Amino acid sequence: MSAAETPEPRVLPQVMAFNEAVRQCMREDPDVFVAGEDVGAFGGVFGTFAGLQKEFGEDRVVDTPISEQAIVGLGVGSAVTGLRPIVDLMFMDFVCVAMDQIVNQAAKLKYMFGGTARIPLTITTGGGAGLSAAAQHSQSLEAMLCHIPGLKVVCPSSAYDMKGLMVSCIREDNPTILVKNKRMLGDAGEVPEELYAVPLGQANVVRPGSDVTVVAYGRMVSEATKAAERLADEGIDCEIIDPRTLQPLDTDTIVASARRTNRVVVVHEAVRFGGLGAEIAAQVQEEAFDHLDAPVARVAAPFSPVPFSPALEGHYIPDAKRIAAGIRDTLDRPQPGG
Amino acid sequence: MELSADTLKDLHRRMVRIRLFEEAAGRLAEANKLPGFLHLYVGQEAVAAGVCVALTDRDHITSTHRGHGHLVAKGGDFNRMMAELMGKATGYCKGKGGSMHISDLELGMLGANGIVGAGAPIAVGAAFTDRYRGEGNVAVAFFGDGATNIGAFHEAANMACALRLPCVFVCENNEYGEFTPRHKTMAITDIIDRAAGYGMPGVMVDGMDAVAVHEAAVESVARARAGEGPSLIEAKTYRYYNHHGVQNLGLKYRPDEEVEQWKQRDAIEGLERRLAEAGVLSSDEAAEVWAAIGADVEAAITFAEESPLPEPDSLLVDVYSVTGEDR
Repeated sequence: MSAAETPEPRVLPQVMAFNEAVRQCMREDPDVFVAGEDVGAFGGVFGTFAGLQKEFGEDRVVDTPISEQAIVGLGVGSAVTGLRPIVDLMFMDFVCVAMDQIVNQAAKLKYMFGGTARIPLTITTGGGAGLSAAAQHSQSLEAMLCHIPGLKVVCPSSAYDMKGLMVSCIREDNPTILVKNKRMLGDAGEVPEELYAVPLGQANVVRPGSDVTVVAYGRMVSEATKAAERLADEGIDCEIIDPRTLQPLDTDTIVASARRTNRVVVVHEAVRFGGLGAEIAAQVQEEAFDHLDAPVARVAAPFSPVPFSPALEGHYIPDAKRIAAGIRDTLDRPQPGG
Repeated sequence: MELSADTLKDLHRRMVRIRLFEEAAGRLAEANKLPGFLHLYVGQEAVAAGVCVALTDRDHITSTHRGHGHLVAKGGDFNRMMAELMGKATGYCKGKGGSMHISDLELGMLGANGIVGAGAPIAVGAAFTDRYRGEGNVAVAFFGDGATNIGAFHEAANMACALRLPCVFVCENNEYGEFTPRHKTMAITDIIDRAAGYGMPGVMVDGMDAVAVHEAAVESVARARAGEGPSLIEAKTYRYYNHHGVQNLGLKYRPDEEVEQWKQRDAIEGLERRLAEAGVLSSDEAAEVWAAIGADVEAAITFAEESPLPEPDSLLVDVYSVTGEDR
């Protein structure tokens, strides 16, 4: 095939990639249905479910009351009796309203019932700051969820992964929580039209490099990539790893990279204390302590609620500049014995 | 409604099964043979039996921390129940759930539940499946009076009504939420007063009268099966024992005379009198039922005692499903 005949890659924003994953899975499997606030005729507050009710009807795309406990309960009860629900919690902050059904029910039934239960439930939610939505509509609460045995937690960073990971979540026989970063929903990328899955639990090496391993997920992948481009001009070669799934975490890929680069920086939008960075740092020192030339560093949000004013929020969310500074600090640290 | 002799005997048998299983569990707990908490259902048998006789194995129920009675009423197996209470590998949950998480999905029993009120939203989900499949099955949520004060109940009741799901809410009003009398935790006397707030009928029944409970259940279940939406049944009943454990008298939060008054209205004795008068079940036949079920309970205790404990390497089994397996 000559270059002239190569078809243009299809480019979609993340919101459309998500929508297409749901649509194609609903066509494929009649047991898949969607329920949540405003998901029907309105199509979801971010347009993530646009047009689905028109195609699949009100029985399969269900507008619910503003009742997060009952929304997740609807998912748990329908999943344990054989359906494959997708339930939407509009903002990740609202996960807190539904915590009993997520933590004590969805995550536990399989184990508590001696394995007899199967909970093929997908919870989707919009996370992340940067829209001046303030402290109750901006949080990144993934670390809380990763702490719960029985749950799987997924944070796509690209349109391609959004579709492929969402397909895996829907097909997964366990409760999964997929976090859409709401500030990235318009970010476009190549998305094949056919139905494909990106497996859960497999990290993606976004950018290979040799000097330092930068672990970032969600919107921080693009910020870390910008930082790496700047640092390349300074002769620093960053490897960027996107775990994509935070629970289960692909520790092997991260550790293998750490053993090669000898330095690790973890970046997340969630607050630093008790975040995924702490877990990743702990696992890296357990598995690669003798390979490290510097402590594992963390670039993350400070320990405060997300502020409202853009003047403050800009200081709150890690960006390429702060990530680059964190990487430089890690590289500037003198080698042991040096 | 004229109940058949078979239905009446079925009600009686299920109630006796609950009573004898629970009394045995209480004795084992007193002898320190059961680990963990034990919330006995004794006294409330008419509710679980009355409702479950109106259901099939394909109908779903969600239960509570006081859940043994619901599983027995749904047809639960004594051996696997007793083994679970003892934390044995042969138990319903392979020793991982215990009394508060006992379940049998094959019978549509979606679990006892350690979180008050949490079963109601799950029942709504099961009812959603039942309607989605269109096979005429229904889901029943059992819960206590105390659970009607928690948000999950209100969300579930409203959602079930808004979506017009085949769901029946059964409140076992035993007058106490754990160790506090109901009148201190709500300003209403009758739980059915809440039903109108969701747009469903509320039906009051005497929870010590298995026939009355059953008749109300038949009506509400029929309504749900016909696509006419949820109902709330309130059954006024009483637990003879403490919130957990086996003490029944001398409790700080309720008078002994009250316990005695309720026992005067014991649901099993009441049904037996009625069945004897109607010529459905003589006292000798009733005694045979008790003896046969008593032997089943003893056999279950032996089975459980002789069963192996779970192997330590089963600790990490079944935290997650293997996707695609056992579908």
